[in-house]
Amino acid sequence: MASGVKPRVKVPKTAAAGEAITIKTLISHRMESGQRKDDEGNIIPRSIINRFTCEFNGENVVDVVLEPAISTNPYLEFEALVPETGEFKFTWYDDDGSVYEETKEITVG
Amino acid sequence: MMRLTGALLAVLLTAPMASADPVDDTLILNGETEMVTRTAAPDHVSDAMDEVLSGWHFRGTETRAMQEDDFDNPGMIFVEKAEDTWNAVEGSEDKSCASCHGASDQMAGVRPTYPKWNEEAGEVRTLEMQVNDCRKNRMGAEEWKYTGADMVNMTALLASVSRGLPMDVAIDGPAQSTWEQGKELYYTRFGQLELSCANCHEDNYGNMIRADHLSQGQINGFPVYRLKNTKLNAAHDRFKGCIRDTRAETFKPGSEEFIALELYVASRGNGLSVEGPAVRN
Amino acid sequence: MELTRRKAILLGAGAFLAAGLPFRASAALEDKIAEFTGGAEVGSGDIKLIAPEIAENGNTVPIEVSSETADEIMVLALGNPTPSVATFKFGKLAASRTASTRIRLAGTQDVMAIAKLPDGSFVQATSTVKVTIGGCGG
Repeated sequence: MASGVKPRVKVPKTAAAGEAITIKTLISHRMESGQRKDDEGNIIPRSIINRFTCEFNGENVVDVVLEPAISTNPYLEFEALVPETGEFKFTWYDDDGSVYEETKEITVG
Repeated sequence: MMRLTGALLAVLLTAPMASADPVDDTLILNGETEMVTRTAAPDHVSDAMDEVLSGWHFRGTETRAMQEDDFDNPGMIFVEKAEDTWNAVEGSEDKSCASCHGASDQMAGVRPTYPKWNEEAGEVRTLEMQVNDCRKNRMGAEEWKYTGADMVNMTALLASVSRGLPMDVAIDGPAQSTWEQGKELYYTRFGQLELSCANCHEDNYGNMIRADHLSQGQINGFPVYRLKNTKLNAAHDRFKGCIRDTRAETFKPGSEEFIALELYVASRGNGLSVEGPAVRN
Repeated sequence: MELTRRKAILLGAGAFLAAGLPFRASAALEDKIAEFTGGAEVGSGDIKLIAPEIAENGNTVPIEVSSETADEIMVLALGNPTPSVATFKFGKLAASRTASTRIRLAGTQDVMAIAKLPDGSFVQATSTVKVTIGGCGG
């Protein structure tokens, strides 16, 4: 699954100090549940994103455990506090050991 | 037999012949672009209906909202993938799409005019055919499968840069005979259920077919991201699904019949904004 | 491979069979809840769950959980073959205890959110979502 996985993140470019901002994330991933069978009747092995984290300047915002009941192309929306100018780091953990990362800068003015 | 068909249809469009009117709402994309999702029917369908309506009006609150914002619309991630492909050099001629066409947004205005007569080739071409013509003859690259992921992602990109522009396919001149063929198909009953496109999408739009809210079957939103299979779906694959649901042998995506049907169905939505990639059930 | 209608029906049938074995199904659920709560009692209070009354398609159902004070919120789909959906842990820089996602529901069922509050107590909210299996769209 490591190929063709594409993360998308929506973060405002600027914020006021201490402002609450909305963050939206989406990653292209089949989220194979492990419940389905192929045409020959064999179980298709589970292959999902099982964890997502968001940090700002090294400090945790959210840490999410995802299970197979999360839809294909997992979507997550939450709110973060921005105390100062810095960088958001988003990390998705795949069952196959792959880790996908994305970062976004935000300026506090 | 006609009586039996009538009975079957009455059962399908059940009880109560529940009329669930199209939702009265306005689609404003990203809080900026107001889309034309309902407008006066073009002249060539005005004998059948007064107004044409985007499938958006027939979907639930959450699904409609998902299309309103490019970030919430999962179809846009495939548009981003196609953007990478647009700029990637491929084939024996060392060219990308961008080598000839420039940035993808330079293609605004292309989607609304397809399918379209190609004078040189002497045929009506869909956007897919034109993309493959470019790949084969300009890039020296392999043609894509007609409704494969690469192709549907690319047509989604081409649709996305034309969003808000009105569908405007030509139905006269050299395209007319293809259009007539498409119209013939639209009104032909297929399958064990003996249903034509018109039986559901012209005679019964707004009614419920079991738990499903029948739309006019407009294709201005294609390719569409369907919640059902969580991927982009090409118009020809949707045609195939509809005909299969009538319990008929279907035509193939890219076939002469579906090209003609696409031209005809697209023309029924002339005036509606291009919405692709739309979000549907 | 696509989730075809036939497979969806089989999946549904599987869920039905599972429902016919209430002891095992609820045991998995009880285990999951106990793992999260450590066996503590679950009351009601500072937890909200927003889910559509009728989902257009069970494959993609938008939900939102929110609380004023929760440290963690676990979401469960009580009628799925496995009830776990997600667990949200809110860190120091979470501006609110609110999160949205899109989930899979195998059929009409209750969705539950359990919040762990800072005083160590647990509260839950439940919402029934009807999942329609349609004519041509479903």
